[in-house]
Order: sequence, then structure tokens, then C-alpha cells
Amino acid sequence: MTDSLALLLVPGLPFFGFLLLSIVGKRYFPKQSGMVGTLLMFATCAIAVITVYNYFFVTGKSVDGVYQHIHAYKYVWLPFTDTLSIDMGAMMDPISMLMIVVVTFVSLMVHIYSLGYMKGEERFAIYYSYLGLFTFSMLGLVLATNIFQIYIFWELVGVSSFLLIGYYFDKPSAVAASKKAFIVTRFADAGFLIGILTLSYYTGTMDFDLMIQKLTMPGAELTAITTAGFLGISALTWGLLLVFMGGAGKSAMFPLHIWLPDAMEGPTPVSALIHAATMVVAGVYLVGRLFPIFAMSCPVALDVVAYIGVFSSMFAAVVACTQTDIKRVLAYSTMSQIGYMMFALGVSGYGENGLGFTASFFHLFTHAMFKALLFLGAGAVIHYVHSNDMKDMGGLRKHMPVTHIVFLIACLAISGFPGFAGFFSKEEILTAAHESNPVIYWCALATAGLTAFYMFRLYFSIFWGKTYHAHKKDDHHADDHAHHGEAPWSMKIPLIILAILSVASGWISFGSFVSSDGSPMHTEFHLSAAALPVGLAFVAIAIALLMYGKANTMPSRIATTARGLYRGALNKFYIDEIYMFITKRILFGFFGPIAAWIDKNIVDGIVNFLGMASENISDTLRLMQNGKVQNYAVYVFSGLLGFVILMVFLWR
Amino acid sequence: MKDIGLSHFLIVSTMLFFIGVYGFLTRRNMITMLMSIELILNACNINFIAFNKYLFPHKLDGTFFTLFNIAIAAAEAAVAIAIIINLYRQRKSIDAEDADSMRL
Repeated sequence: MTDSLALLLVPGLPFFGFLLLSIVGKRYFPKQSGMVGTLLMFATCAIAVITVYNYFFVTGKSVDGVYQHIHAYKYVWLPFTDTLSIDMGAMMDPISMLMIVVVTFVSLMVHIYSLGYMKGEERFAIYYSYLGLFTFSMLGLVLATNIFQIYIFWELVGVSSFLLIGYYFDKPSAVAASKKAFIVTRFADAGFLIGILTLSYYTGTMDFDLMIQKLTMPGAELTAITTAGFLGISALTWGLLLVFMGGAGKSAMFPLHIWLPDAMEGPTPVSALIHAATMVVAGVYLVGRLFPIFAMSCPVALDVVAYIGVFSSMFAAVVACTQTDIKRVLAYSTMSQIGYMMFALGVSGYGENGLGFTASFFHLFTHAMFKALLFLGAGAVIHYVHSNDMKDMGGLRKHMPVTHIVFLIACLAISGFPGFAGFFSKEEILTAAHESNPVIYWCALATAGLTAFYMFRLYFSIFWGKTYHAHKKDDHHADDHAHHGEAPWSMKIPLIILAILSVASGWISFGSFVSSDGSPMHTEFHLSAAALPVGLAFVAIAIALLMYGKANTMPSRIATTARGLYRGALNKFYIDEIYMFITKRILFGFFGPIAAWIDKNIVDGIVNFLGMASENISDTLRLMQNGKVQNYAVYVFSGLLGFVILMVFLWR
Repeated sequence: MKDIGLSHFLIVSTMLFFIGVYGFLTRRNMITMLMSIELILNACNINFIAFNKYLFPHKLDGTFFTLFNIAIAAAEAAVAIAIIINLYRQRKSIDAEDADSMRL
């Protein structure tokens, strides 16, 4: 199979699945549609893995051992001028290949898992068709050859995320969450679009390779874009920052993160797929795509990426320590880990110094595995307990042994326990940060400790602590528990596969595949550098064990001691309230009435005036057509007379 | 007394033309309107003959045109009278004011 055919099929099959299930499936085979979607996804994943294997081991390298950017196919879709066009194509390079493996694989796991988790749902077929739509859009996004193509698919993943968050549309909170997610990311995407236009205006192209070439080599375009400026900041910096704003919106970076915790209203497998493993790392991918420009031409923008990344990472970790909804803890943990990837990019250099770049994508890869596992495990717990709240859980290890083991593996992986996947990628990130920026390094270290703490707080609260009594809840729930056990095999198998990968994915020598310039990156492992974060993780786990291993009063006593911090973190530092204040009071309260007045009186006024004027004029003109032949004759003769006068006096 | 020249003919034809126009616009009786049209056409015919006679005495183009015009006027009168008769049968009136169904 050729690469171009394979890369047509990879996004094509999920799209076909989407069409099939949404048009035919939901009416004629609603029960089997899950199986159909899963089989299509399996085929997609197999093709993707073969293609990627081919790229990394057979065709991808040029003679000097550097991974190439290969355009598998490219179709000029909207030509504007000879040089400027919007294309649809597929680009093969290390990061896009990495992403299609991650996306198809996690999607496959989620498809299989959902067979059990979503069984008996009324809109089962629609659920699978949405999953197909999302997978298609995400694959189109990562394969994009062109910044506008990425934007189109960027919006498509936004739509599918919206649809899936609002899947339970009879629940008002789900509807509100889906709207919030869509509006916040849409707001960020407006910045992204302006960024795209700025960059492509100065470079005269939308193609990634050409744009990177023009903006990193000295030349007329680079001079023009760096000398032009607005508010004392060069157009290049503006463009990159606005593009990053789009990325920050999708990746839930600090000021635009508010949608992600609410997005947990969607079904849990969806959270695993979209809001943990794939869509939310699109921002990291985008920065990685344009990384040469950031690194070589605009270090200021890269610094912004680094600081926003590290701040979001710490902020989310603090908030995660206080949340009691297990999915929200995981959501904040996701935000924190994406912050890790962001600042790893931010501290990275290009080429030789590109450790951060490699580390960032390594962490993206491992994080996709263990975070998907965490979410799917949490899904299994929720499936069993019928509640999202930690308070309803505890002592579940005897009731669900498989889930318990895989969840423990995932927690160890995300905490950076030696030997597990997260350990390797996190070490690389910390090494990269250590080499370039001490402030970021110490913040990252603190975050690593917090991560271990809140993950084990979660783990101990679910599986240890007080003993679990199914019967303490109301009766019909108790009946449920009596009937179903831990989870069906369709849910356990993905958990086990992901658990194996949460260990194994760390042992790949990632630097030889993915690096900022394509040439193999040699990564070293220093025991001295690893000692501090690992020690910190141990301490954090120990504290978590002390506080949550058995039910005791310690957590509440600590919460009372540090009341201000605890209240702030519990309320997510009031960011939502600030947004509410800005939108409700300032936008709706102050600017809203003014805009409404202008709209009602001036905008509508002009339209109404035009309407009324034409009505009056036509009323007058209507009287002329009265059917009286002699009136018509008057018009004819007066016209003739006018014409004669014109001829006589004006035509000389 | 001077010879009768081109301008005399033109004055006569102009008078005929405007009398015709006036009649066409003011009379309500359709037959009278038809007669007014005949006046307008004949004013035109006089012009043709006069120009032919005074400007191109060796040619007959104007005369031929006049013959055509007379034929057309006859045909037109036939059609118009047919219309008027039909109108009369429908509405029992040949008043132009009553025939206002062209508006619809």
C-alpha cells in the first residue's frame, strides 16, 4: 500500500464510519453500530501503524539520517494567486506520524471500551458516529500540510467536542458545558485566525514548509515581518502569539482553561479520548509544527509559551489537590500535564539544543497512554459506583481488582515513579528546564511533587480508606450493584492494554525518532538529576498515604489551617467568577445596552428607513399604471417631447 | 404674394399633428381617438410628400412611403375598429375611461 493511499484511508475510514452510522446506522442497525465503528477504527489503526512503521524504519530517512517532510498527497483546493492557495494534503514527518498513532490507537481503545460503557444508551449509534467524526477531524488536523487546513480541522474537532460534551443534552449542565467549551475555544480561535492571516500576509504562503523556510532564513519576508509592528511588538511576534492563543484555547492553558473541567459532563470515554489524550494536545502540536519559527526567529513568543505553560501547570496542580469530583481532578491534571508539554517546548532550542522539543512530544505520547487509562479507569469506577464524587467511594480495591491494579499503574506513571512511562518523559522535561531556566525548573519540580500528591490522594480515596458498602445508598442503586460486577470484558481489555503501554511506552528511545530538526536526538539519563524529582514523588505519595490511606481527620485539619489557600483552590481561584463578572457585568451590563441601542436605532433604523422609502416610492409609482390608455399616451408623448427638446437644444 | 414653399407645408402638417395629438389625449370616444390617429398619420404623410417634392424632386421615395402609410393606416383602422366593436359588445360602451383593464 502506498503512503498516499494509506493516508487517504486513515482519515477517510472514520469519516466513512461517521456518514454510515449517522445516515444508515441509527435507523437500521443501532445495536450493531458500535461494532461497525470499532471494526472501522481497528482497520484505521492497523493502517496507521503500518504506515508509521514504514515511515520511521524504511522510507522516512534521507541519506544522512534526517527524517524528511514528505507530502503524501496534496490537492490545491482554493487557489487565490499563483503562490497563495489553500491545499488539502497529508504531510509525513515525525510529529504527524507520532500523532496519528496516538490518535488512532487511543480512539480504538475508546471505541472498544465504549462497547461496554455505553451499552444500552438510547443514542448509541449517534455516539459512535460522533466518535468517528472526531477521529476524522483530529487526523485531518495532524496531517495538515498547510496552516489553513489545520484551522479547518481545528474547528471540526471543536464541533465534535461540542457534540460529545453535550451528548446528554437533556442534562442542563451538559448543555451549558458544551456551550462554554465551544464559545471559549471559539474565542481563542478568532485570535488563531488573525495570527494565520498575519503570518500568511507577510510570507505570501500558507504552506508550513514554505512559511517556516521564509521565516527562518534571512530574506525580504523576514525583514518585512520583523520591522512591521503594532504597539511596539513586531508583526512576527503578534502573529505567533495569536496562533499560540488558538493553541492555548484548545489546550486549556491558563486564562482560557475554564472550559476543560466543565467538559467532563460528557461521557467518560469521550473525556479520555478528546479531553485528555488527543484534542487538548492540539495546541502543543501546533506550537511544535511552527517550532522552528518560534525557536529561531522569535524567542520572545517562545518565552511566553514557556511561562504560560509553567503557570498553568502549577495552577492546575494546586486546584487538583482540592477537587472532589474524580473527573475534575483528572481534568486539572490534564491541564497541568499539558502545561508541562508547553513549557518543555518553551525552554527548548532548535537542533542541537532541542531536548525540550523531544521531551515535550515524548510526554505527549506517554501522557496519552496513562491519562487515557486514568479516565477509562475512572469511568469503570463511575460505572460501578454511579457517582463522580470521591466521598461516595473508598475501599473499592476488593470490589474491582483489575481496575485497581491498572489505576495504580497509571498513577505511578503520571507521578514519575521510576520504570514507568511518565518517569522517563518527565525526567527529560525537567532536564531540559534545568539546562535553560531555573525559575521554570523549580516550578516544574514543585508541580511534579503536587502531581504525585493529588494523584495518590485520588487513588487512596477511591480504592482505600473507608470500606465500601454498596447498600448504604438508596435501594435501587443497591439492586444494581447486586447484578453487575466490576466491568464487562470490553471495558477491561482496553484498560489492560493501556496499562501495559503506560509502562512500556517509556522505554522507547524517543529521541532517535522525534526531534526538532529531524536528526536523531541523543538523550542522556542522569541519576543525579532524577534523584530530586523521584524523592519528591516518594514524599508526596507518603503524605497522600498518611492523609487518605485510612479515613482520618488530617485532611480537614490541614484544610482549616490553610483556609484561604484551600478555599481559593476549591473554588478554582474564582477564575470562573472573574469571567462571569467580565461577561455579565461589563460586557452584558455595560457594553450590551449601548450595542443594543446602536443596533436598534442606527442599524435597524437604516434598514427600516430604506424599506419605508422604497414602499412610499413604489406606492407613488404604482398610480402611474392605471390602465387608462390615454394616460399612457401622455407618457409616450411627453417622453417624445423631452427627447425632441434634448435633440434640438443639446445636440449641436 | 409669395410662392407656396416647403415651410407652408410643414406648418400645415405640424398643425395637423398637434390637433391629432390633442384629440387623441382629450377625446373619450374611441372612434374619435381613432380619427385623431388618422390626423397624425396624415400629418406625417404631408411631410413625406413635401420633403420629397422640395428636396429630392427626382426621386419617388417619399411618395412610396406615403403609399405604405396609407395602407398601414387602413389596416390599423380595421384592427382598431374590430377591437372597439368587441369592447362595445362586452361593456356596452366605447368610452376610453371605461376600458381600464390593461392595469391588471
